[in-house]
Amino acid sequence: MSRVTLMALQVLVAVVTLALWQVFSTVPVFGKVLLPPFFFSNPVDVFSQIVKWFSTGVIWKHLAITLWESILAFVIGSAGGILVGFWFAWQPRVAAVFDPYVKMVNALPRVVLAPIFALWFGLGVWSKVALGVTLVFFIVFFNVYQGVKEVPTTVLDNGRMLGMNERQLMRHVYWPSALSWMFSSLHTSVGFAVVGAVVGEYLGSAAGLGYLIQQAEGVFDVAGVFAGMFVLSAFVILIDMAVTAVEKRLLVWRPTAAARD
Amino acid sequence: MTEPTAVALDGATVAFRLADGRVYTAVEQANLAVDHGEFVAIVGPTGCGKSTLLNVTAGLLKPAAGTARIFDKPLNGLNRDAGYLFQADALFPWKTAIDNVAIGLEIRGTPRTEALARAQKWLTSVGLGAFAGRYPHMLSGGQRKRVALAQVLIRDPKILLMDEPFGPLDAQTRQIMGNLLLELWTADRKAVLFVTHDLEEAIALADRVVIMSAGPSARIIGDWPITLPRPRDIAEIRMEKDFHALHREIWGVLKDEVMKGYVQSTQAGAA
Ligand SMILES: Nc1ncnc2c1ncn2[C@@H]1O[C@H](COP(=O)(O)OP(=O)(O)OP(=O)(O)O)[C@@H](O)[C@H]1O
Ligand SMILES: [Mg+2]
Repeated sequence: MSRVTLMALQVLVAVVTLALWQVFSTVPVFGKVLLPPFFFSNPVDVFSQIVKWFSTGVIWKHLAITLWESILAFVIGSAGGILVGFWFAWQPRVAAVFDPYVKMVNALPRVVLAPIFALWFGLGVWSKVALGVTLVFFIVFFNVYQGVKEVPTTVLDNGRMLGMNERQLMRHVYWPSALSWMFSSLHTSVGFAVVGAVVGEYLGSAAGLGYLIQQAEGVFDVAGVFAGMFVLSAFVILIDMAVTAVEKRLLVWRPTAAARD
Repeated sequence: MTEPTAVALDGATVAFRLADGRVYTAVEQANLAVDHGEFVAIVGPTGCGKSTLLNVTAGLLKPAAGTARIFDKPLNGLNRDAGYLFQADALFPWKTAIDNVAIGLEIRGTPRTEALARAQKWLTSVGLGAFAGRYPHMLSGGQRKRVALAQVLIRDPKILLMDEPFGPLDAQTRQIMGNLLLELWTADRKAVLFVTHDLEEAIALADRVVIMSAGPSARIIGDWPITLPRPRDIAEIRMEKDFHALHREIWGVLKDEVMKGYVQSTQAGAA
């Protein structure tokens, strides 16, 4: 399929969906509106809500807050994941001792932590960051741990035979390997940073996209809920595009990254 | 002045513990001496333990019995005098060709600009001057081998361990690389341990050809001095009468082992 046809078809799906939504929520079929506006709103209302947010400028504050929380969660979670990942990989005994607890914490649905974090860190930015960190940390941690463990023995032996000491092995072999594993899960970890922020906002806050959706829901403003969802999707897609760009630059040495071009 | 022997394996026996707990003796009682500046080729059936012997010499593997001495000193830990060209891919996939070659100098403290300049020279001499910026996955198997060769040679090791370095190269490139290797070696005589499955290549390059028997418990079963005159051109030398005589003689011994090795490997596969 050519690029143009593909694009056309993709746009067509959106247009048809929106058209059906608009028709079924406004025009009665056999005397009955299939999608009652109270529950489903309609595309025109949703769109005008989005336009209103942007024209009045209220949305920017919420977007900025959510973005800031996501960035903090990603940076702190990644730093922690890298540190602990390396530590565990270097110290198999430490890894063995902590293994069941790591699994236990990771198995916990993070949403249940939200109230605790709200208690500990208040309703501001940090309780959301904490939630995001618990999500990001484990992904980065598992990948860095793998990356350090899975360096091919021949490559490691080669480094040693070329005269590298432990510190140089770390810099030229373990670190690039761990980073490449971490970057291969960049989409997931960045996505989870956003999830942490939005879910945290939804469960209790005074700003952010999650807060916006929660507010609209609280007053049964379905158009507002949908509008929030659309803005959130667009926000996530933009971030994902940024991640793809970063990934392309950092992983040029990987066969898959180049073949994707 | 008598130079100390570069590599001396004395009764080296290597055993591996298999996953099921059994012990597999790969090499038994191997005696091998390589003089300073001597070029020794090891030929043997697949799986006999050629790479294993190189690993012992490199200090990556400890023999279960016997000793390894390097320049008359017992080998303890890694062999710091050796450069090792591995059989498997060993380039750093996250470094470009030139960075892969320069790294051996950089970790020694050579300034980066100088290291890069010398790396570029080495890449050019292995015929890859135009490939400096490529990552290993963008190179062919033979090109990767040549980068690896430059990576090892740039450090100017006193002992050169080469495990089927020309394995994935085509016949012509093999000859070019073989002649290049001889040229470099003539200019600066290192002790070379060269593993190959190609007997002709071994005779054409080496001062001595060592034959190993099929495993398990492979032994060194033959040691032929190759007295063909130097300098040699490895394409032309194959036409010489003496070359043919040597080849016939050594092949007579090697053939049986190759068959044995093949039969054993198929049986091991079936079991
Ligand atoms: N880590 C290991 N554990 C168990 N067995 C091993 C191990 N490494 C090598 N072997 C066995 O030791 C024998 C010798 O292996 P080696 O790699 O030295 O063979 P080789 O002569 O280099 O073969 P090839 O020409 O195919 O490269 C083989 O039978 C192999 O299966
Ligand atoms: Mg081998």
